[in-house]
Amino acid sequence: MSASIIAEDLVKTYGAHHEVRALDGLSLTVNEGTVLSLLGPNGSGKTTTVRILATLLRPDSGRAQVAGIDVVKNPQKVREIIGLSGQYAAVDETLTGWDNLIMFGRLYHLSGRGAKVRAAELLEKFSLTDAAKRPIKTYSGGMRRRLDLAASLIVKPKVLFLDEPTTGLDPRGRQEMWEVINELVKGGVTLLLTTQYLEEADQLADEIVVIDHGHVIAQGTADSLKREVGGERLELSVNSENLDKAKGIVERLTNSVATEDSQMHKISVAAPEGTRTLIETLRQLDTAGIQPLDIALKRPSLDDVFLALTGHVAEEQIEEVVGAKSKRGKR
Amino acid sequence: MNAMRDALVITKRQLLQLLRVPEVLIFSTIQPVMFVLLFRYVFGGAINTPGVDYVQLLMPGIFVQTVAFTVASTALGLAEDMQKGLIDRFRSLPISRSAVVVGRTLGDATLNVVVLIVMAFTGLLVGWRPSSSLFEVFAGFLFLLIFGYAMSWMGVLVGLSVRDSRVANSAVFLFVFPMTFLSNAFAPTTGMPRPLQYVAEWNPVSTMVAGVRDLFGLEPIFGVTANSFPSQNPLIMSLIYIGLLMAIFIPLSVRKYKNVTPK
Repeated sequence: MSASIIAEDLVKTYGAHHEVRALDGLSLTVNEGTVLSLLGPNGSGKTTTVRILATLLRPDSGRAQVAGIDVVKNPQKVREIIGLSGQYAAVDETLTGWDNLIMFGRLYHLSGRGAKVRAAELLEKFSLTDAAKRPIKTYSGGMRRRLDLAASLIVKPKVLFLDEPTTGLDPRGRQEMWEVINELVKGGVTLLLTTQYLEEADQLADEIVVIDHGHVIAQGTADSLKREVGGERLELSVNSENLDKAKGIVERLTNSVATEDSQMHKISVAAPEGTRTLIETLRQLDTAGIQPLDIALKRPSLDDVFLALTGHVAEEQIEEVVGAKSKRGKR
Repeated sequence: MNAMRDALVITKRQLLQLLRVPEVLIFSTIQPVMFVLLFRYVFGGAINTPGVDYVQLLMPGIFVQTVAFTVASTALGLAEDMQKGLIDRFRSLPISRSAVVVGRTLGDATLNVVVLIVMAFTGLLVGWRPSSSLFEVFAGFLFLLIFGYAMSWMGVLVGLSVRDSRVANSAVFLFVFPMTFLSNAFAPTTGMPRPLQYVAEWNPVSTMVAGVRDLFGLEPIFGVTANSFPSQNPLIMSLIYIGLLMAIFIPLSVRKYKNVTPK
């Protein structure tokens, strides 16, 4: 597998005295045909990274290549093979979906006929054919994002950049967008996606790069990041009279100290053997005549990962939890 | 070649916008038409212009004012595209670095053609009658369009610099409004305090107005305050201003576009 995007030690500062270090030595590699998610809170440098890789911004120092082409030395060549869909839907809202796709088709130097054929294909693919002749401002947030994405796919880019593709969408719009993106990835495009939604990175990416203050603080698959933070935990709640007894059982079983929340009648313990610990606990509780009110194996969420890595909570966390609840379990 | 083709795609987009949202075209013509009517009937009676109808002097003034305001529409349009992320999208495309701004200025020039036609007809309705040859009248309008085009490039730089459509709007008005009034466009400059007369005399709006009046067959009255160069040679002076505007703002605007970053 060869690297499709390479960034080496990118630095970008803003301000008269370079006092704002938006990127502070950021390096990353995305292999061909894979999805990398750049995860970080607002202001961590995600958008700056995408802007540099998509030739919109020149780094102060460092090097970046897209499909083997240097983004600083040969930006026009890079523009021919990339697609970019931004944080704000960058299409003309007064025009119709059709008008927009024709315009972008022509700007990618398709013939008049070619642009029409491609526009029709893309509208079909993104279920927008019915809305084709309506101005974009009448579209829902999700439709708008899909059209924006379609506009970045006109010439079948080798490398696609999606800057916060679902920010501001409602849960349904986000789910639809995820499905569309997953479809695309199956088609073999290399994708770099930024997000502040921890769940989004988990859903879409092969690899996650966590950045904060303009540099990489952790990197790996969703699973490996979770493991890094700690293994699974067994959590159970029982009636208050059984609390001590149940605690004794799980502590003997896992050979470690359990924490207890006596108000919620909840016990939590590290479960290095995962499901086996769960089954054995249930068996022993049953033998002791205790019926748990609730029992579950908990893997650390990416929220926990972020907290453990940065020492602070991702800024969008509250919104994220609310937004994500309705569609958990769909994987 | 490709650069021009790309620019025309952008121009076409702007014209399509006018079709999709016709209100924009309607309101951008209503305003100058309103000015014609207000000045003709409200101020016209109060301004003394011996030997010539006020409306003959007024129309060239309003034509110039209208095309001078192209700086506002260009600035506003680009600032809006900037805010909405369209400029980012365009900059990520494999097109010439001048295509978007050239396309925008050509689009605004096209809009000026439409607006000038509507205004000319309004003028004819309220008594405006140019007394020169058809060819000279035509040359006058061409002159107006070129001046508007040069002002448009100033708008490119403003729009890409302020990056916010509301700021663009008020910034430009603050500058263009006094510029069009501190001139011979609506009233004789001889009524102004002495220092302001000099400003008015060298103001590009004044030289344009005087030049266009000349082409429409009017004697050079109403604002010729001295035997200075701009008063004596309004057409040449206007051409110099147009050349200067373009020589300064086209390269600055294209450079700005290359490195522009949204707020």
